Amino acid sequence: MPYTAATVQLLSPEGTLVHSDASEQYLPYVDKLSDDALQEFHRHMVVMRRFDIEAANLQRQGQLALWVPSHGQEAAQVGSALAAKPQDHLFPSYREHVIALMRGVDPITILSMFRGLSHGGWDPKEHSNFHLYTLVIGSQTLHATGYAMGLNLDGLAGTGDPDKDTAVMVYFGDGSTSQGDVSEAMVFAASYQTPQVFFLQNNHWAISVPVSRQSRTPLYLRGEGFGIPSVQIDGNDVLASFAVSKANLDAARAGEGPRFIEALTYRMGAHTTSDDPSKYRDNSELEFWAQRDPITRFDTYLRGRGASQAFFDEIAAEGDDLAADIRKRITELPVPASSTMFDNVYSDPHPLMDAERAALADFEASFEEGN
Amino acid sequence: MTETMTMAKALNEGMRAALARDSRVLLMGEDIGPLGGVFRVTEGLQAEFGDKRVLDTPLAESGIVGTAIGLAMSGFRPVCEIQFDGFIFPGFDQITSQLAKLTARHEGTLTMPVVIRVPYGGHIGAVEHHQESPEAYFAHTPGLRLLSPATPHDAYWMIQEAIASNDPVMFFEPKSRYWQKGEVDRESAGIATHSSRVVREGTEVTLVGHGAIVSMLLQAAELAAEEGTSVEVVDLRSLSPIDFDPIVASAQKTGRVVVVQEAPGNVSVGSEVAATVAERAFYSLEAPVLRVSGYDTPFPPAKLESVYLPSVDRILDAVDRALAY
Ligand SMILES: Cc1ncc(C[n+]2csc(CCOP(=O)(O)OP(=O)(O)O)c2C)c(N)n1
Ligand SMILES: [Mg+2]
Repeated sequence: MPYTAATVQLLSPEGTLVHSDASEQYLPYVDKLSDDALQEFHRHMVVMRRFDIEAANLQRQGQLALWVPSHGQEAAQVGSALAAKPQDHLFPSYREHVIALMRGVDPITILSMFRGLSHGGWDPKEHSNFHLYTLVIGSQTLHATGYAMGLNLDGLAGTGDPDKDTAVMVYFGDGSTSQGDVSEAMVFAASYQTPQVFFLQNNHWAISVPVSRQSRTPLYLRGEGFGIPSVQIDGNDVLASFAVSKANLDAARAGEGPRFIEALTYRMGAHTTSDDPSKYRDNSELEFWAQRDPITRFDTYLRGRGASQAFFDEIAAEGDDLAADIRKRITELPVPASSTMFDNVYSDPHPLMDAERAALADFEASFEEGN
Repeated sequence: MTETMTMAKALNEGMRAALARDSRVLLMGEDIGPLGGVFRVTEGLQAEFGDKRVLDTPLAESGIVGTAIGLAMSGFRPVCEIQFDGFIFPGFDQITSQLAKLTARHEGTLTMPVVIRVPYGGHIGAVEHHQESPEAYFAHTPGLRLLSPATPHDAYWMIQEAIASNDPVMFFEPKSRYWQKGEVDRESAGIATHSSRVVREGTEVTLVGHGAIVSMLLQAAELAAEEGTSVEVVDLRSLSPIDFDPIVASAQKTGRVVVVQEAPGNVSVGSEVAATVAERAFYSLEAPVLRVSGYDTPFPPAKLESVYLPSVDRILDAVDRALAY
């Protein structure tokens, strides 16, 4: 049982609001939410899970080389992303597909990476400041901190103007906390009092390695050790994820310095479609977390508030439509021309690129001429 | 007596033998315990030797290499697994600034028997950072030795050679060959330390390569033979030091050399082979030494890897160009 009295939980696994010392300061954020806003949380989580299932199917059918499932982590991701303002910059790791979608990245763009057609390719400026995935564990935490240092230098935090003040949110996993880069990011963030929130999804596993191998202390206390105010939340509670992220992003935007959130959640599926968790973890753990599913509890909560069956049918249909759409479009994606390899290695002209582009073109032409 | 096994199994057997022979040998790396590594190369070794000999480490390559250095200082012989080629770089400082130099800084009183295993190279259709060939960075670093087997038999013996070395060894494993089977002779005398090897004899052109490329060179040689061209193939096996004698002898015989590698060609291992052949076999050469390499771009998305990587066609094209001089 990873939760303690300090863990912020606003919605219990049974779908009822929790009143506790830890929750009291955050409940007002929830009180302000309309039924429509709450249904929006659910819509994102349900559609995401459907997308995730479809992507895994596509991998099985050979349409994707790999898929990185996010099943079980919907609440941590959706709540925190909905707490961010449009001007905030979000730096993902590689599992935050729903946030990409929420920020306007075409789902097919995400799938293209896993089909082997691109390494990312979207422009964060055009997709609501959602940055590229980073596969090298932990690296993005430093980029986020640097971006936030830039916000400070540009006077974009702590001005009191709600449309101007900006924060950065960076996503990373429990395994990544062992990387030097992640500690260094916290050192810089604390040192320069950056407007940013470190959002750790502790899904309890780094491939086959349990979080106990990475840390003997609850990970949010790491943040405290660096002088960053830190809090642990029930990451399967979308309301806690939203409210705590909102409070901390507000503080960061107001110029109060960095914050650290550890969201306790669980990787319900395999690490990726190449992984076989039966080799290293047992099912009792899975059952514990299945009973704390983020979507089930929120479903109960919404029904208790009187959400209609029509709403649930509608979001299920939206998920199915999205699945059908990606299933169709995935096979229509063109393979980029070979010459694209050379196109953006440098911003300025480079003789080696020109020479190799020409050599490859000649080589390919020699086959076309039937030589 | 020989047995048929995959390269993954041969490496596993080589490490099992080293663990059994010397209680100071340790394995360490991410996911190498119960999972047996993402490529299953260490499968069963933690169960057999215990978690004090086979360590599932925290997720930190600088940590793995840095602590391996300390373990070597306290008399152990650590064998580190880096999960994929593209993830070695968080450990780069510890490898190049520390591991490679400590024996020299101790003026010879300290040995650094650390092995760093790196699954490397393309042909597996994987996502970014999972198909790279970073060997040149390390071959360029004084103080490191580099090995890369091309067959299960060589893998079985070379991993043991690496573990027996008192110097740090970067051990590059061609991951696309992990599941290829071959004959392993466990009772042979092993193989000579840091030796390259002629794997096919020929008279007109010499092809030189290492790792996964070697089987492609043999395929190219076969096709060239059908067209009436006799091709010799040399497997480098050791990238630092490079055993130049068999390569130079081959160049003197054929007069034409093509060096092939998956890594980007610019300032690469292949460049070194080309330069040395030019220096040592100049009067025998009928053509300049040619290189066929990965392009000098980041490893592209997987659907373009067959264009980026050397192919039999690109190799035969270079053979033709060499013959045309
Ligand atoms: C520097 C580096 N080393 C190793 C890997 C291989 N790898 C990919 S994901 C992963 C585990 C990551 O665990 P965690 O940070 O908890 O994130 P999660 O996958 O659970 O979301 C590892 C070891 C990598 N991508 N980058
Ligand atoms: Mg994790």
